[in-house]
Amino acid sequence: MSAHQVEDHGLLRFLTCGSVDDGKSTLIGRLLFDTKTILADTLSAIAKTSEKRGMGAVDLSLLTDGLQAEREQGITIDVAYRYFSTGTRKYIIADAPGHEQYTRNMVTAASTANLAIILIDARKGMLTQTRRHSKLAALVGIPHLIVAINKMDLADYSQETYERIKGEYLEFAAKVGIEDIRFIPLSALNGDMIVDRGDNLNWYEGPTLLEMLEVAPAAHTEHTEKFRFPVQYVCRPQDSANPDLHDYRGFMGRIESGRIKVGDAVTVLPSGRESTVKAVQLGGVDISEAFCEQSITLLLADEIDTSRGDMIVKSSEVPAAVKQIEATVCWMAEAPMDRARTYLIRHTTRDSKAKLAAIDHRLDVNTLEKVPAEKLAMNDIAQVTFKLAQPLFADPYLENRGTGAFIIIDESNNNTVGAGMIL
Amino acid sequence: MTQRSTLSHLDWLEAEAIHIMREVAGQCSNPVLLFSGGKDSICMLRLAEKAFRPGKFPFPLMHIDTGHNYKEVVAFRDKRAAELGERLIVRSVEDSMARGTVVLKHEGESRNKHQSVTLLEAIEEFGFDACIGGARRDEEKARAKERIFSFRDEFGQWDPKNQRPELWSLYNARSHKGENIRAFPISNWTEMDVWQYIEREGLELPSIYFAHKRPIVMRQGSIVPVNVPLVGGGVANPSKDGEEIIDLQVRFRTVGDISCTAPVESDADDVSKIVFETATTTITERGATRLDDQTSDASMEQRKKEGYF
Repeated sequence: MSAHQVEDHGLLRFLTCGSVDDGKSTLIGRLLFDTKTILADTLSAIAKTSEKRGMGAVDLSLLTDGLQAEREQGITIDVAYRYFSTGTRKYIIADAPGHEQYTRNMVTAASTANLAIILIDARKGMLTQTRRHSKLAALVGIPHLIVAINKMDLADYSQETYERIKGEYLEFAAKVGIEDIRFIPLSALNGDMIVDRGDNLNWYEGPTLLEMLEVAPAAHTEHTEKFRFPVQYVCRPQDSANPDLHDYRGFMGRIESGRIKVGDAVTVLPSGRESTVKAVQLGGVDISEAFCEQSITLLLADEIDTSRGDMIVKSSEVPAAVKQIEATVCWMAEAPMDRARTYLIRHTTRDSKAKLAAIDHRLDVNTLEKVPAEKLAMNDIAQVTFKLAQPLFADPYLENRGTGAFIIIDESNNNTVGAGMIL
Repeated sequence: MTQRSTLSHLDWLEAEAIHIMREVAGQCSNPVLLFSGGKDSICMLRLAEKAFRPGKFPFPLMHIDTGHNYKEVVAFRDKRAAELGERLIVRSVEDSMARGTVVLKHEGESRNKHQSVTLLEAIEEFGFDACIGGARRDEEKARAKERIFSFRDEFGQWDPKNQRPELWSLYNARSHKGENIRAFPISNWTEMDVWQYIEREGLELPSIYFAHKRPIVMRQGSIVPVNVPLVGGGVANPSKDGEEIIDLQVRFRTVGDISCTAPVESDADDVSKIVFETATTTITERGATRLDDQTSDASMEQRKKEGYF
């Protein structure tokens, strides 16, 4: 570790929800700017563009318009990823557009985030889109929410306004079942309470936005979760010049949850064969124990035929093998889901053909009501039942994102057409 | 809040990159790893070692050589591949020029963007269904929106408005014959992460990444290295009459085709000094050193649409 790297609090992935009107791009621009991530040449480039568009001040929102079409239309079309670092922690921001037709983008951005910032314009208060974003964040299992009440500069920095919106949100959140929520008043435009406190919100005594981010848990809390190790690749260097390697059989993968150590009793699925862990290796080096999110290689004491798509678990906590799943699905393709067709489901490293057995209901993301549905169109979210050709080793999504999530692939064009979360 | 073991940011990035490489190996039948001898691809080789040793890499290495690469980098490329005992394929833009598939507008035109043609020819020649590259999202705005597994059609084209949704760590590397996937394991790394990783892993780099004296001229405010000796003889970037040649202490932040990579003035002669400089710099990596990205706001996006990686 280098001398200038004192502590490392890992990496936090978060999502910003809101539209340009809420000042989302300005907020991101402000975070990057105030943490000194934006460098002089980028700043001068956006200053030039701001001037060209006849804007008085430098428009920090221009930092996040990545594609030509976005710049031309002045809207965000796709998820963009931004990076900044404070010296103690690295951040990845998933920036998703806010309009309704882009539900799929928000679900995409949320799928890898551990925290979401929901932006509310202080002048407008809670909107339909605020409810939609919050509901989607909850649905995708984001454990921590920060509700940022922005544009306080246009609301006279009024504590009363802030408290009123906070009250409304809490009432709504109780209904949706969101637990860990923090609130903060902001002016992204002026930089109040983002990185610096500023002079205008002295009645607010809580942490700044960056201080909140610095202490938020870096990953979802898997401490008590079960060990799940989908096999990605099998390493068998039989023809190596080193005779010691002729019997080497390493199962390579990333730990989706839990931890594993040498000597643990494990079961390989789907065969159900049992063995014990002979070695845990990371980067070719033996380690005694490994945990969630590490990419490792496992060696077992017994020779068990294992290949990509299998899953290694602890023998004491074997998941169910299911051939029918109920799931919340977000449909992402232009073409609606065709009930008569067979799709491919990819779950961990395992694929299975799947047929839609039933659409239980659709979720109206604006009213949060369950409505009957016959079909699934782009950006629809619905609860459905699939029948599977191959068993999957699954856990409920809200318990385990890694083994509860799947994508749906259309084999005719190989596109990813949907995302699912097992109930 | 439950207490749990948390990976340091470098360990997390490393674990993600290894996972991505193994997904390519698991899902694709004939992948290749693009290796230029530059710092990002040097990290990629270390990640491939961590992903696949004690086995051999499940893919060969390939470099698309413009013929205008720094000879220190070319030598390093060959040495590194030999040390690893992995197969290195080199395909040359000059061969495409000889075939007539690359036509320069004029002799001095940068060959950088023409790499796309040679790359597509090599993909076809070997039937590669996936190319693993060291591109990072922090390098450039268009890259910030590209997927980790990026689908390219038969013409190698990227369609930014029609990308496959990419969720969780479930990657879709499926393609039909003739199409291919570009996979970017270090998408989520920044320039700083790369240097910190090089420092932590003690990775060797071509000498031109460190401060050294070299003849340069100033052209339109940029430092332009001149009279650079080429592997095949002759020089790249000959100085022009009347230009003042300065012997300047510089290093390269990014290394590519000589015609479009410029060095920065620097005294940093080891990795820890570079890490420090990177932390305190005021100019972006590509802004300082890529003469090709400054043409227009959208030039990287344009090149990617045409098959560039």
